[in-house]
Amino acid sequence: MEEQQLSFEEAMERLEAIVSRLENGDVPLETAIELFQEGMKLSQLCGTKLEQVERKIEVLIETENGFQKKPFAPSNEDRGE
Amino acid sequence: MALESRIYSIKEINRYIRMKLESDNLLGDVWLRGEISNFTHHSSGHMYFTLKDADSRLKCIMFASHNQRLPFMPKEGTKVLARGNFSVYERDGNYQFYVTQMQPDGIGSLYMAFEQLKRKLDSEGLFAEGRKRPIPRFPKAIGVITSPTGAAVRDIIITLQRRHPSVPVLLFPVLVQGKGAAPAIVKAIENMNRMAEVDVLIVGRGGGSLEELWAFNEEAVARSIVASAIPVISAVGHETDFTIADFVADLRAATPTAAAELAVPNIEELKGRLSQLRTRLYQSLRTSVTRRKERLHRVSRSPIFMNPRKYMLQQAERLDRLKDRLEQRTVRQAERSRDKLLRLQGALAAAHPGEKAAFAAKQLQGATGRLESAMGGLMKEHRMRVASAIRQLDALSPLKVMSRGYSLVYDEKENRLIKSIEDVQPGDLVTVKLTDGQLDCQVWAMKGET
Repeated sequence: MEEQQLSFEEAMERLEAIVSRLENGDVPLETAIELFQEGMKLSQLCGTKLEQVERKIEVLIETENGFQKKPFAPSNEDRGE
Repeated sequence: MALESRIYSIKEINRYIRMKLESDNLLGDVWLRGEISNFTHHSSGHMYFTLKDADSRLKCIMFASHNQRLPFMPKEGTKVLARGNFSVYERDGNYQFYVTQMQPDGIGSLYMAFEQLKRKLDSEGLFAEGRKRPIPRFPKAIGVITSPTGAAVRDIIITLQRRHPSVPVLLFPVLVQGKGAAPAIVKAIENMNRMAEVDVLIVGRGGGSLEELWAFNEEAVARSIVASAIPVISAVGHETDFTIADFVADLRAATPTAAAELAVPNIEELKGRLSQLRTRLYQSLRTSVTRRKERLHRVSRSPIFMNPRKYMLQQAERLDRLKDRLEQRTVRQAERSRDKLLRLQGALAAAHPGEKAAFAAKQLQGATGRLESAMGGLMKEHRMRVASAIRQLDALSPLKVMSRGYSLVYDEKENRLIKSIEDVQPGDLVTVKLTDGQLDCQVWAMKGET
């Protein structure tokens, strides 16, 4: 399982699946422990992803070489559109 | 003055005028432009007003059944386009305009174009829920197609930041009104699809008049939303504004802010869910372990572990008891078998022919005995009878007579008893029999009795 490759959504879904499997309870102990460890890793991954406040807001500007990304900060003027 | 051939009543002529009016093609369905005055919204729901222009007025009525669907509230001075038909109110002799549809003036043609396009796209099934793509639960990146200035882009960005700051936002700035708006929006949607960097699009703008929102009612925009591989959330204007883009979008948001809320999950909720999942993860493993502990505990408290010797003894005792029972059962079984055998043997013996023979022999013996004794009795009786007969005979016997001195004379030759003198001749030899012998004699003479 390559946790770093997982998107937040995939990690969350996998975590939900693990939890419901564990809650169903007829998992052999060794498997349960493995699942638990995987679940812990996944929950850490999700937590990390949630804490990453990147504030990545970009705007596409058309140039001769196609579109360029530039950081974007919305103006505060309200033109009432 | 020519004499009228006929004189009509007011009622008749009003009815005649009404029928004339109602049968006229133009007056049966016509669009008028005018300004509303003397507007009253009656408690019955009907609307009464006058439509006027610079130098003319017209009495109008719009029944509740028609005005319920009005997209605006008419008021004094509103310039409108009204559709309806003419008729006469016979009682008053007034002709009136009966309004069936009405909209603010200035957008009449747009309004009709909007209705036409809406019908067309609807009939193609483009509004069908089944056609719409699901919005991803956790988008990796969000594309925003709107004006880079103004309230909409700010509302969207602020809301995205608040709800889920870690999702990157890519803004594609476009004109959102005027001639170039629709082509710009189409190009933006196509480019976003080509770049494939975002997995949900917010397309929209703030509120405005029908003309200002018009780009979002263009067929080209609607078709590019339909063609987009990336799910589209439309966010045009206010709660009450509906555009064609709203109908074809995969999800319609009432406002740009609402679109941002629909596009990303709330980070606080996610954190809550994550911590809940963590708790459940721990809990489920703990439960799993606890259950196994309990099982182990139950097993280790089993008597065989607590007191193995006692258990062994118990088992031995049980074994003995079982053995006893087995033996008893075997013995009983044997006894039962033997009894049965004896019964059968008895029955067999009873059925044996030897037994019958013995019984027959016994019977025979008995019968023989009875026969013999009967016979003996019979013989005895006969012997007694014979004896008595003999005695009687004896009494009669000549020997007895002879013993008293009588004798019998026989002819010696013929050996016949001589009972008369006539039976003999002199000289005949006779035999005189006596009891103890005989005398051989010769007859000398006969003398008859005298």
